[in-house]
Amino acid sequence: MAGSDIPSVSEEDRGSSVVVLAALCVRYLPLAIMLAVWELVGRSGLVSQQMLPGIGAIAAAFLDLLQSGELIVNAWRSLSRAATGLGLAVLIGMAVGLLMATRPMFRTFINPLVRILYPMPKSALIPLVMIWFGLGDASKIFLIFLGCLLPVIVSAYNGARGVNPFIIWSASSLGASKDEILREIILPAALPDILSGCRTALAFSFILMVSSEFVIAKDGLGFLIGSLGDGGNYPAMFAVILSVAGTGFVADRLFGSFASHRLRWKEQA
Amino acid sequence: MSPYSASDYRDQLLQTLVLAGLASLWEVSSRAGWVHPFLLPPLSDVLVRLFTDMQSGAVFVDLGLTLYRALTGFMIAAMLAVPLGLLMARRRGVQWFFDPLISIGFPMPKIAFVPIFILWFDIYDTSKVIMITFSCFFPIVTATYSGTSQIDKWPLWSARSLGATESQLLREIILPLASPAILTGLQIALPVGMITTIVTEMLMGGSGVGGAMIAAGRFADSVGVFAGIIEIAILGMVVIRGLDWLRARMLVWHPENRSY
Repeated sequence: MAGSDIPSVSEEDRGSSVVVLAALCVRYLPLAIMLAVWELVGRSGLVSQQMLPGIGAIAAAFLDLLQSGELIVNAWRSLSRAATGLGLAVLIGMAVGLLMATRPMFRTFINPLVRILYPMPKSALIPLVMIWFGLGDASKIFLIFLGCLLPVIVSAYNGARGVNPFIIWSASSLGASKDEILREIILPAALPDILSGCRTALAFSFILMVSSEFVIAKDGLGFLIGSLGDGGNYPAMFAVILSVAGTGFVADRLFGSFASHRLRWKEQA
Repeated sequence: MSPYSASDYRDQLLQTLVLAGLASLWEVSSRAGWVHPFLLPPLSDVLVRLFTDMQSGAVFVDLGLTLYRALTGFMIAAMLAVPLGLLMARRRGVQWFFDPLISIGFPMPKIAFVPIFILWFDIYDTSKVIMITFSCFFPIVTATYSGTSQIDKWPLWSARSLGATESQLLREIILPLASPAILTGLQIALPVGMITTIVTEMLMGGSGVGGAMIAAGRFADSVGVFAGIIEIAILGMVVIRGLDWLRARMLVWHPENRSY
Protein backbone atom coordinates (compact mmCIF):
# COMPACT_ATOMS: atom_id res chain seq x y z
CA MET A 1 0.00 0.00 0.00
CA ALA A 2 1.36 3.37 -0.93
CA GLY A 3 2.85 5.40 1.84
CA SER A 4 1.94 3.53 4.98
CA ASP A 5 5.42 4.32 6.26
CA ILE A 6 6.43 7.40 8.16
CA PRO A 7 9.36 9.25 6.50
CA SER A 8 12.75 7.88 7.35
CA VAL A 9 13.46 8.00 11.06
CA SER A 10 16.95 6.70 11.69
CA GLU A 11 17.58 3.86 14.17
CA GLU A 12 19.04 5.91 17.02
CA ASP A 13 16.24 8.46 16.87
CA ARG A 14 13.49 5.92 17.03
CA GLY A 15 13.17 6.11 20.81
CA SER A 16 12.57 9.83 20.78
CA SER A 17 8.88 10.58 20.56
CA VAL A 18 9.56 14.22 19.66
CA VAL A 19 11.22 13.14 16.43
CA VAL A 20 8.37 10.79 15.61
CA LEU A 21 5.89 13.55 16.28
CA ALA A 22 7.82 15.95 14.06
CA ALA A 23 7.93 13.35 11.28
CA LEU A 24 4.16 12.87 11.59
CA CYS A 25 3.66 16.64 11.36
CA VAL A 26 5.80 16.85 8.24
CA ARG A 27 3.95 13.90 6.76
CA TYR A 28 0.48 15.28 7.33
CA LEU A 29 1.31 18.92 6.60
CA PRO A 30 -0.11 18.63 3.04
CA LEU A 31 -3.50 17.75 4.52
CA ALA A 32 -3.40 20.87 6.68
CA ILE A 33 -2.43 22.89 3.61
CA MET A 34 -5.39 21.53 1.66
CA LEU A 35 -7.77 22.33 4.53
CA ALA A 36 -6.33 25.85 4.74
CA VAL A 37 -6.82 26.33 0.98
CA TRP A 38 -10.40 25.09 1.33
CA GLU A 39 -11.09 27.58 4.13
CA LEU A 40 -9.38 30.45 2.28
CA VAL A 41 -11.25 29.83 -0.97
CA GLY A 42 -14.50 29.93 0.98
CA ARG A 43 -13.58 33.07 2.93
CA SER A 44 -12.27 34.96 -0.12
CA GLY A 45 -15.66 34.76 -1.78
CA LEU A 46 -14.27 33.19 -4.97
CA VAL A 47 -16.80 30.41 -4.50
CA SER A 48 -20.10 30.96 -2.75
CA GLN A 49 -20.52 29.59 0.79
CA GLN A 50 -23.41 27.54 -0.62
CA MET A 51 -21.10 25.65 -2.95
CA LEU A 52 -18.25 25.22 -0.51
CA PRO A 53 -19.26 25.62 3.12
CA GLY A 54 -16.45 26.57 5.48
CA ILE A 55 -14.84 23.97 7.70
CA GLY A 56 -16.30 25.62 10.79
CA ALA A 57 -19.83 25.44 9.39
CA ILE A 58 -19.36 21.77 8.47
CA ALA A 59 -18.03 20.94 11.94
CA ALA A 60 -20.96 22.72 13.57
CA ALA A 61 -23.42 20.86 11.33
CA PHE A 62 -21.65 17.59 12.21
CA LEU A 63 -22.07 18.24 15.94
CA ASP A 64 -25.74 19.13 15.42
CA LEU A 65 -26.33 15.89 13.53
CA LEU A 66 -24.56 13.96 16.28
CA GLN A 67 -26.61 15.59 19.02
CA SER A 68 -29.93 15.13 17.27
CA GLY A 69 -29.03 11.46 16.84
CA GLU A 70 -29.81 11.60 13.12
CA LEU A 71 -26.28 10.67 12.14
CA ILE A 72 -25.99 7.81 14.63
CA VAL A 73 -29.36 6.25 13.76
CA ASN A 74 -28.77 6.38 10.01
CA ALA A 75 -25.16 5.24 10.31
CA TRP A 76 -26.32 2.26 12.35
CA ARG A 77 -28.94 1.37 9.72
CA SER A 78 -26.39 1.64 6.89
CA LEU A 79 -23.49 -0.07 8.58
CA SER A 80 -25.60 -2.96 9.85
CA ARG A 81 -26.77 -3.58 6.28
CA ALA A 82 -23.25 -3.42 4.92
CA ALA A 83 -21.93 -5.68 7.68
CA THR A 84 -24.69 -8.28 7.15
CA GLY A 85 -24.20 -8.37 3.39
CA LEU A 86 -20.43 -8.43 3.64
CA GLY A 87 -20.39 -11.06 6.40
CA LEU A 88 -22.65 -13.41 4.45
CA ALA A 89 -20.60 -12.82 1.30
CA VAL A 90 -17.32 -13.64 3.05
CA LEU A 91 -18.68 -16.87 4.60
CA ILE A 92 -20.44 -18.15 1.49
CA GLY A 93 -17.83 -16.81 -0.95
CA MET A 94 -14.99 -18.57 0.87
CA ALA A 95 -16.91 -21.85 0.94
CA VAL A 96 -17.82 -21.60 -2.76
CA GLY A 97 -14.31 -20.61 -3.81
CA LEU A 98 -12.66 -23.41 -1.85
CA LEU A 99 -15.17 -25.97 -3.14
CA MET A 100 -14.58 -24.79 -6.71
CA ALA A 101 -10.86 -25.35 -6.26
CA THR A 102 -11.22 -28.80 -4.70
CA ARG A 103 -14.28 -30.30 -6.45
CA PRO A 104 -14.10 -30.24 -10.28
CA MET A 105 -17.82 -30.98 -10.71
CA PHE A 106 -18.75 -28.08 -8.47
CA ARG A 107 -16.44 -25.83 -10.44
CA THR A 108 -18.08 -26.81 -13.71
CA PHE A 109 -21.47 -25.76 -12.35
CA ILE A 110 -20.49 -22.53 -10.65
CA ASN A 111 -17.83 -21.24 -13.03
CA PRO A 112 -20.22 -20.13 -15.82
CA LEU A 113 -22.20 -18.04 -13.31
CA VAL A 114 -19.05 -16.50 -11.88
CA ARG A 115 -17.79 -15.63 -15.33
CA ILE A 116 -20.99 -13.83 -16.19
CA LEU A 117 -21.46 -12.04 -12.87
CA TYR A 118 -17.83 -11.13 -12.14
CA PRO A 119 -17.32 -8.39 -14.77
CA MET A 120 -20.84 -6.99 -14.39
CA PRO A 121 -21.07 -3.63 -12.60
CA LYS A 122 -23.16 -4.67 -9.59
CA SER A 123 -24.83 -1.27 -9.31
CA ALA A 124 -26.85 -2.33 -12.36
CA LEU A 125 -28.76 -4.64 -10.05
CA ILE A 126 -30.21 -1.78 -7.97
CA PRO A 127 -33.49 -1.62 -9.96
CA LEU A 128 -33.71 -5.42 -9.83
CA VAL A 129 -33.39 -5.68 -6.05
CA MET A 130 -35.92 -2.86 -5.84
CA ILE A 131 -38.40 -5.00 -7.80
CA TRP A 132 -37.57 -8.16 -5.88
CA PHE A 133 -37.32 -6.93 -2.31
CA GLY A 134 -38.88 -3.47 -2.23
CA LEU A 135 -37.46 -0.51 -0.39
CA GLY A 136 -36.54 -2.20 2.89
CA ASP A 137 -33.36 -3.70 4.28
CA ALA A 138 -33.52 -6.93 2.29
CA SER A 139 -32.92 -5.25 -1.06
CA LYS A 140 -29.77 -3.50 0.08
CA ILE A 141 -28.41 -6.47 2.00
CA PHE A 142 -28.91 -8.69 -1.03
CA LEU A 143 -27.20 -6.17 -3.34
CA ILE A 144 -24.21 -5.78 -1.00
CA PHE A 145 -24.04 -9.55 -0.55
CA LEU A 146 -23.98 -10.16 -4.30
CA GLY A 147 -21.45 -7.39 -4.97
CA CYS A 148 -19.07 -8.63 -2.27
CA LEU A 149 -19.57 -12.31 -3.07
CA LEU A 150 -17.78 -12.35 -6.43
CA PRO A 151 -14.40 -10.91 -5.35
CA VAL A 152 -14.35 -13.32 -2.38
CA ILE A 153 -15.20 -16.36 -4.53
CA VAL A 154 -12.59 -15.50 -7.15
CA SER A 155 -9.85 -14.77 -4.61
CA ALA A 156 -10.56 -17.90 -2.57
CA TYR A 157 -10.61 -19.99 -5.74
CA ASN A 158 -7.38 -18.51 -7.09
CA GLY A 159 -5.68 -18.80 -3.72
CA ALA A 160 -6.73 -22.40 -3.17
CA ARG A 161 -5.85 -23.35 -6.74
CA GLY A 162 -2.35 -21.92 -6.36
CA VAL A 163 -1.42 -24.25 -3.48
CA ASN A 164 1.70 -26.26 -4.23
CA PRO A 165 0.41 -29.79 -4.97
CA PHE A 166 3.52 -31.38 -3.44
CA ILE A 167 2.44 -30.19 0.02
CA ILE A 168 -1.01 -31.68 -0.47
CA TRP A 169 0.46 -34.97 -1.70
CA SER A 170 2.86 -35.11 1.26
CA ALA A 171 0.04 -34.50 3.71
CA SER A 172 -2.21 -37.12 2.19
CA SER A 173 0.60 -39.65 2.06
CA LEU A 174 1.07 -38.99 5.78
CA GLY A 175 -2.59 -39.90 6.26
CA ALA A 176 -4.34 -36.53 6.39
CA SER A 177 -8.04 -36.66 5.59
CA LYS A 178 -9.65 -34.37 3.02
CA ASP A 179 -11.00 -32.19 5.81
CA GLU A 180 -7.61 -31.91 7.45
CA ILE A 181 -5.97 -30.98 4.16
CA LEU A 182 -8.56 -28.26 3.62
CA ARG A 183 -8.23 -26.90 7.15
CA GLU A 184 -4.49 -27.28 7.69
CA ILE A 185 -3.07 -26.69 4.22
CA ILE A 186 -5.39 -25.15 1.66
CA LEU A 187 -7.06 -22.59 3.90
CA PRO A 188 -3.83 -21.11 5.36
CA ALA A 189 -2.17 -21.12 1.94
CA ALA A 190 -5.12 -19.34 0.35
CA LEU A 191 -5.48 -16.88 3.23
CA PRO A 192 -3.41 -14.03 1.72
CA ASP A 193 -5.53 -14.12 -1.44
CA ILE A 194 -8.76 -14.47 0.53
CA LEU A 195 -7.89 -11.50 2.74
CA SER A 196 -7.08 -9.30 -0.23
CA GLY A 197 -10.37 -10.37 -1.84
CA CYS A 198 -12.16 -9.46 1.39
CA ARG A 199 -10.54 -6.03 1.33
CA THR A 200 -11.86 -5.46 -2.19
CA ALA A 201 -15.24 -6.69 -0.98
CA LEU A 202 -15.13 -4.23 1.92
CA ALA A 203 -14.62 -1.36 -0.50
CA PHE A 204 -17.49 -2.65 -2.67
CA SER A 205 -19.75 -2.95 0.37
CA PHE A 206 -19.37 0.77 1.08
CA ILE A 207 -19.87 1.75 -2.57
CA LEU A 208 -23.00 -0.37 -2.92
CA MET A 209 -24.35 0.64 0.49
CA VAL A 210 -24.19 4.34 -0.33
CA SER A 211 -25.33 4.09 -3.93
CA SER A 212 -28.29 1.82 -3.17
CA GLU A 213 -29.34 4.20 -0.42
CA PHE A 214 -29.10 7.11 -2.81
CA VAL A 215 -31.48 5.41 -5.23
CA ILE A 216 -33.83 3.36 -3.05
CA ALA A 217 -34.15 4.10 0.63
CA LYS A 218 -36.13 5.55 3.42
CA ASP A 219 -33.19 5.77 5.80
CA GLY A 220 -29.44 5.25 5.98
CA LEU A 221 -26.47 7.51 5.30
CA GLY A 222 -27.03 7.71 1.54
CA PHE A 223 -30.63 8.73 2.11
CA LEU A 224 -29.56 11.30 4.71
CA ILE A 225 -27.05 12.84 2.27
CA GLY A 226 -29.72 13.01 -0.44
CA SER A 227 -32.40 14.55 1.75
CA LEU A 228 -30.02 17.14 3.26
CA GLY A 229 -28.90 18.08 -0.25
CA ASP A 230 -32.49 18.35 -1.49
CA GLY A 231 -33.27 20.57 1.49
CA GLY A 232 -30.36 22.85 0.61
CA ASN A 233 -28.63 22.20 3.95
CA TYR A 234 -25.20 21.96 2.35
CA PRO A 235 -22.97 22.18 5.45
CA ALA A 236 -24.82 19.18 6.92
CA MET A 237 -24.65 17.35 3.57
CA PHE A 238 -20.88 17.88 3.44
CA ALA A 239 -20.62 16.72 7.05
CA VAL A 240 -22.40 13.42 6.33
CA ILE A 241 -20.44 12.83 3.12
CA LEU A 242 -17.16 13.38 4.92
CA SER A 243 -18.29 11.06 7.74
CA VAL A 244 -19.09 8.32 5.22
CA ALA A 245 -15.71 8.82 3.54
CA GLY A 246 -13.96 8.78 6.92
CA THR A 247 -15.79 5.63 8.01
CA GLY A 248 -14.79 3.89 4.79
CA PHE A 249 -11.20 4.94 5.33
CA VAL A 250 -11.12 3.73 8.95
CA ALA A 251 -12.78 0.42 8.04
CA ASP A 252 -10.18 -0.20 5.33
CA ARG A 253 -7.29 0.63 7.64
CA LEU A 254 -8.67 -1.57 10.45
CA PHE A 255 -9.08 -4.46 8.03
CA GLY A 256 -5.59 -3.84 6.68
CA SER A 257 -4.01 -4.11 10.13
CA PHE A 258 -6.15 -7.17 10.93
CA ALA A 259 -4.97 -8.80 7.69
CA SER A 260 -1.30 -8.09 8.29
CA HIS A 261 -1.68 -9.39 11.86
CA ARG A 262 -3.20 -12.64 10.55
CA LEU A 263 -0.42 -12.94 7.97
CA ARG A 264 2.46 -12.18 10.32
CA TRP A 265 3.72 -15.77 9.85
CA LYS A 266 4.26 -15.03 6.19
CA GLU A 267 7.75 -14.15 4.97
CA GLN A 268 8.01 -10.57 3.81
CA ALA A 269 8.37 -10.51 0.06
CA MET B 1 -5.70 -11.96 -17.27
CA SER B 2 -9.09 -13.55 -16.83
CA PRO B 3 -9.40 -15.23 -13.44
CA TYR B 4 -9.73 -18.57 -15.17
CA SER B 5 -7.70 -20.25 -17.79
CA ALA B 6 -9.55 -22.61 -20.09
CA SER B 7 -8.78 -26.03 -18.69
CA ASP B 8 -9.97 -28.26 -21.49
CA TYR B 9 -12.46 -28.49 -24.29
CA ARG B 10 -14.84 -30.92 -22.58
CA ASP B 11 -15.06 -28.74 -19.52
CA GLN B 12 -15.88 -25.71 -21.70
CA LEU B 13 -18.63 -27.68 -23.39
CA LEU B 14 -20.07 -28.77 -20.03
CA GLN B 15 -20.01 -25.20 -18.78
CA THR B 16 -21.88 -24.03 -21.87
CA LEU B 17 -24.44 -26.76 -21.24
CA VAL B 18 -24.81 -25.58 -17.63
CA LEU B 19 -25.51 -22.07 -18.90
CA ALA B 20 -28.03 -23.35 -21.43
CA GLY B 21 -29.66 -25.38 -18.65
CA LEU B 22 -29.92 -22.32 -16.41
CA ALA B 23 -31.38 -20.26 -19.25
CA SER B 24 -34.06 -22.89 -19.91
CA LEU B 25 -34.76 -23.18 -16.18
CA TRP B 26 -35.30 -19.40 -16.12
CA GLU B 27 -37.68 -19.59 -19.10
CA VAL B 28 -39.62 -22.60 -17.80
CA SER B 29 -39.94 -21.48 -14.18
CA SER B 30 -41.46 -18.21 -15.24
CA ARG B 31 -43.67 -19.64 -18.02
CA ALA B 32 -44.95 -22.39 -15.72
CA GLY B 33 -45.73 -19.85 -13.03
CA TRP B 34 -43.31 -21.22 -10.41
CA VAL B 35 -42.06 -17.68 -10.04
CA HIS B 36 -44.27 -14.66 -10.58
CA PRO B 37 -43.52 -13.34 -14.10
CA PHE B 38 -43.23 -9.81 -12.70
CA LEU B 39 -40.32 -10.86 -10.47
CA LEU B 40 -38.69 -12.98 -13.16
CA PRO B 41 -40.06 -12.29 -16.64
CA PRO B 42 -39.43 -15.11 -19.14
CA LEU B 43 -36.03 -14.91 -20.80
CA SER B 44 -37.66 -14.95 -24.24
CA ASP B 45 -39.67 -11.81 -23.39
CA VAL B 46 -36.49 -10.07 -22.29
CA LEU B 47 -34.70 -11.09 -25.49
CA VAL B 48 -37.64 -9.92 -27.61
CA ARG B 49 -37.52 -6.56 -25.82
CA LEU B 50 -33.78 -6.34 -26.43
CA PHE B 51 -34.36 -7.10 -30.09
CA THR B 52 -37.09 -4.48 -30.58
CA ASP B 53 -34.98 -1.91 -28.73
CA MET B 54 -32.10 -2.78 -31.01
CA GLN B 55 -34.30 -2.23 -34.06
CA SER B 56 -35.45 1.14 -32.77
CA GLY B 57 -31.84 1.97 -31.94
CA ALA B 58 -32.57 2.78 -28.28
CA VAL B 59 -30.12 0.13 -27.06
CA PHE B 60 -27.28 1.60 -29.08
CA VAL B 61 -27.98 5.15 -27.94
CA ASP B 62 -27.99 4.08 -24.28
CA LEU B 63 -24.98 1.80 -24.59
CA GLY B 64 -23.10 4.43 -26.58
CA LEU B 65 -23.76 7.15 -24.00
CA THR B 66 -22.78 4.90 -21.10
CA LEU B 67 -19.65 3.74 -22.85
CA TYR B 68 -18.72 7.29 -23.83
CA ARG B 69 -19.09 8.57 -20.27
CA ALA B 70 -17.28 5.64 -18.70
CA LEU B 71 -14.35 5.68 -21.10
CA THR B 72 -13.97 9.48 -21.11
CA GLY B 73 -13.83 9.58 -17.32
CA PHE B 74 -11.52 6.58 -17.21
CA MET B 75 -9.11 8.01 -19.78
CA ILE B 76 -8.96 11.45 -18.19
CA ALA B 77 -8.21 9.72 -14.89
CA ALA B 78 -5.45 7.69 -16.53
CA MET B 79 -3.94 10.77 -18.17
CA LEU B 80 -3.80 12.59 -14.84
CA ALA B 81 -2.98 9.68 -12.54
CA VAL B 82 -0.17 7.94 -14.45
CA PRO B 83 2.06 11.05 -14.72
CA LEU B 84 1.33 11.97 -11.12
CA GLY B 85 2.20 8.45 -9.93
CA LEU B 86 5.46 8.54 -11.92
CA LEU B 87 6.35 11.96 -10.52
CA MET B 88 5.57 10.83 -6.98
CA ALA B 89 7.95 7.92 -7.37
CA ARG B 90 10.70 10.09 -8.88
CA ARG B 91 10.46 13.43 -7.01
CA ARG B 92 10.56 13.59 -3.23
CA GLY B 93 8.69 16.89 -3.05
CA VAL B 94 5.78 15.63 -5.11
CA GLN B 95 5.69 12.45 -3.07
CA TRP B 96 5.69 14.43 0.19
CA PHE B 97 2.73 16.53 -0.90
CA PHE B 98 0.53 13.92 -2.55
CA ASP B 99 1.25 10.75 -0.60
CA PRO B 100 -0.88 11.58 2.47
CA LEU B 101 -3.70 12.96 0.31
CA ILE B 102 -3.79 9.88 -1.88
CA SER B 103 -3.39 7.33 0.88
CA ILE B 104 -6.38 8.93 2.58
CA GLY B 105 -8.39 9.30 -0.63
CA PHE B 106 -7.73 5.78 -1.91
CA PRO B 107 -9.88 3.78 0.55
CA MET B 108 -12.72 6.32 0.74
CA PRO B 109 -16.04 5.39 -0.90
CA LYS B 110 -15.89 8.07 -3.61
CA ILE B 111 -19.47 7.46 -4.65
CA ALA B 112 -20.61 9.37 -1.55
CA PHE B 113 -19.35 12.56 -3.21
CA VAL B 114 -21.90 12.40 -6.06
CA PRO B 115 -24.21 15.02 -4.44
CA ILE B 116 -21.28 17.43 -4.15
CA PHE B 117 -20.50 17.04 -7.85
CA ILE B 118 -24.18 17.55 -8.66
CA LEU B 119 -24.08 20.73 -6.59
CA TRP B 120 -20.95 21.98 -8.31
CA PHE B 121 -21.38 20.84 -11.90
CA ASP B 122 -25.11 20.21 -12.29
CA ILE B 123 -26.48 16.92 -13.56
CA TYR B 124 -25.24 16.73 -17.14
CA ASP B 125 -22.33 14.88 -18.72
CA THR B 126 -19.68 17.16 -17.19
CA SER B 127 -20.52 16.16 -13.66
CA LYS B 128 -20.90 12.48 -14.57
CA VAL B 129 -17.51 12.40 -16.28
CA ILE B 130 -15.83 14.30 -13.42
CA MET B 131 -17.32 11.86 -10.91
CA ILE B 132 -16.08 8.88 -12.94
CA THR B 133 -12.63 10.47 -13.26
CA PHE B 134 -12.56 11.08 -9.52
CA SER B 135 -13.34 7.45 -8.68
CA CYS B 136 -10.91 5.98 -11.24
CA PHE B 137 -8.08 8.33 -10.29
CA PHE B 138 -7.03 6.86 -6.95
CA PRO B 139 -6.51 3.19 -7.91
CA ILE B 140 -4.45 4.24 -10.95
CA VAL B 141 -2.22 6.71 -9.12
CA THR B 142 -1.68 4.27 -6.23
CA ALA B 143 -0.71 1.40 -8.54
CA THR B 144 1.54 3.61 -10.70
CA TYR B 145 3.30 5.07 -7.69
CA SER B 146 3.92 1.76 -5.93
CA GLY B 147 4.85 0.01 -9.19
CA THR B 148 7.30 2.74 -10.19
CA SER B 149 8.93 2.97 -6.78
CA GLN B 150 9.48 -0.79 -6.71
CA ILE B 151 11.26 -1.15 -10.05
CA ASP B 152 14.69 -2.70 -10.08
CA LYS B 153 17.45 -0.14 -9.45
CA TRP B 154 20.12 -1.94 -11.55
CA PRO B 155 18.76 -1.21 -15.02
CA LEU B 156 18.29 2.42 -13.96
CA TRP B 157 21.86 2.74 -12.71
CA SER B 158 23.28 0.96 -15.75
CA ALA B 159 21.39 3.20 -18.16
CA ARG B 160 22.43 6.29 -16.26
CA SER B 161 26.09 5.23 -16.21
CA LEU B 162 25.84 4.70 -19.97
CA GLY B 163 24.78 8.34 -20.26
CA ALA B 164 21.00 8.14 -20.62
CA THR B 165 19.15 11.42 -20.10
CA GLU B 166 16.18 11.71 -17.72
CA SER B 167 13.67 11.50 -20.57
CA GLN B 168 15.43 8.47 -22.06
CA LEU B 169 15.39 6.82 -18.63
CA LEU B 170 11.66 7.47 -18.37
CA ARG B 171 10.86 6.20 -21.85
CA GLU B 172 13.24 3.27 -22.11
CA ILE B 173 13.51 1.97 -18.54
CA ILE B 174 10.94 3.32 -16.11
CA LEU B 175 7.78 3.15 -18.19
CA PRO B 176 8.35 -0.38 -19.53
CA LEU B 177 9.30 -1.73 -16.10
CA ALA B 178 6.37 -0.02 -14.39
CA SER B 179 3.83 -0.86 -17.10
CA PRO B 180 2.58 -4.14 -15.56
CA ALA B 181 1.73 -2.29 -12.33
CA ILE B 182 0.18 0.62 -14.22
CA LEU B 183 -1.99 -1.76 -16.23
CA THR B 184 -3.04 -3.52 -13.03
CA GLY B 185 -4.10 -0.13 -11.69
CA LEU B 186 -6.14 0.48 -14.84
CA GLN B 187 -7.71 -2.95 -14.48
CA ILE B 188 -8.77 -2.13 -10.92
CA ALA B 189 -10.07 1.30 -11.92
CA LEU B 190 -12.17 0.24 -14.90
CA PRO B 191 -14.78 -1.83 -13.00
CA VAL B 192 -14.99 0.93 -10.38
CA GLY B 193 -15.54 3.40 -13.20
CA MET B 194 -18.31 1.23 -14.67
CA ILE B 195 -20.09 0.99 -11.29
CA THR B 196 -19.81 4.75 -10.88
CA THR B 197 -21.10 5.40 -14.41
CA ILE B 198 -24.22 3.34 -13.79
CA VAL B 199 -24.89 4.96 -10.41
CA THR B 200 -24.40 8.51 -11.71
CA GLU B 201 -26.76 7.73 -14.59
CA MET B 202 -29.34 6.36 -12.16
CA LEU B 203 -29.09 9.46 -9.98
CA MET B 204 -28.80 12.16 -12.63
CA GLY B 205 -30.81 10.65 -15.49
CA GLY B 206 -30.09 11.79 -19.02
CA SER B 207 -30.31 8.47 -20.90
CA GLY B 208 -27.59 5.88 -20.76
CA VAL B 209 -28.25 2.31 -19.61
CA GLY B 210 -28.39 3.30 -15.92
CA GLY B 211 -30.95 6.02 -16.59
CA ALA B 212 -33.06 3.72 -18.77
CA MET B 213 -33.01 0.99 -16.12
CA ILE B 214 -34.02 3.19 -13.23
CA ALA B 215 -36.87 4.56 -15.36
CA ALA B 216 -37.96 0.99 -16.12
CA GLY B 217 -37.75 0.17 -12.41
CA ARG B 218 -39.89 3.15 -11.43
CA PHE B 219 -42.54 2.17 -14.00
CA ALA B 220 -42.49 -1.41 -12.67
CA ASP B 221 -41.36 -2.59 -16.12
CA SER B 222 -39.42 -5.65 -15.03
CA VAL B 223 -38.76 -6.79 -18.61
CA GLY B 224 -37.01 -3.46 -19.19
CA VAL B 225 -34.96 -3.89 -16.02
CA PHE B 226 -33.78 -7.32 -17.09
CA ALA B 227 -33.01 -6.09 -20.60
CA GLY B 228 -30.87 -3.35 -19.02
CA ILE B 229 -29.05 -5.87 -16.83
CA ILE B 230 -28.20 -7.98 -19.88
CA GLU B 231 -26.98 -4.88 -21.78
CA ILE B 232 -24.76 -3.83 -18.88
CA ALA B 233 -23.45 -7.34 -18.31
CA ILE B 234 -22.39 -7.52 -21.96
CA LEU B 235 -20.92 -4.01 -21.91
CA GLY B 236 -18.99 -4.74 -18.69
CA MET B 237 -17.64 -7.97 -20.12
CA VAL B 238 -16.59 -6.30 -23.38
CA VAL B 239 -14.68 -3.42 -21.78
CA ILE B 240 -13.01 -5.63 -19.18
CA ARG B 241 -12.02 -8.25 -21.77
CA GLY B 242 -10.85 -5.40 -23.99
CA LEU B 243 -8.49 -4.17 -21.31
CA ASP B 244 -7.25 -7.73 -20.66
CA TRP B 245 -6.52 -8.01 -24.38
CA LEU B 246 -4.72 -4.67 -24.37
CA ARG B 247 -2.59 -5.83 -21.44
CA ALA B 248 -1.63 -9.02 -23.24
CA ARG B 249 -0.70 -7.02 -26.34
CA MET B 250 1.26 -4.35 -24.53
CA LEU B 251 3.12 -6.84 -22.38
CA VAL B 252 3.94 -9.45 -25.04
CA TRP B 253 7.55 -9.19 -23.93
CA HIS B 254 6.72 -9.80 -20.28
CA PRO B 255 7.19 -13.25 -18.65
CA GLU B 256 3.48 -13.29 -17.64
CA ASN B 257 2.61 -13.83 -21.32
CA ARG B 258 5.19 -16.49 -21.99
CA SER B 259 3.57 -19.60 -23.38
CA TYR B 260 5.24 -22.87 -22.62
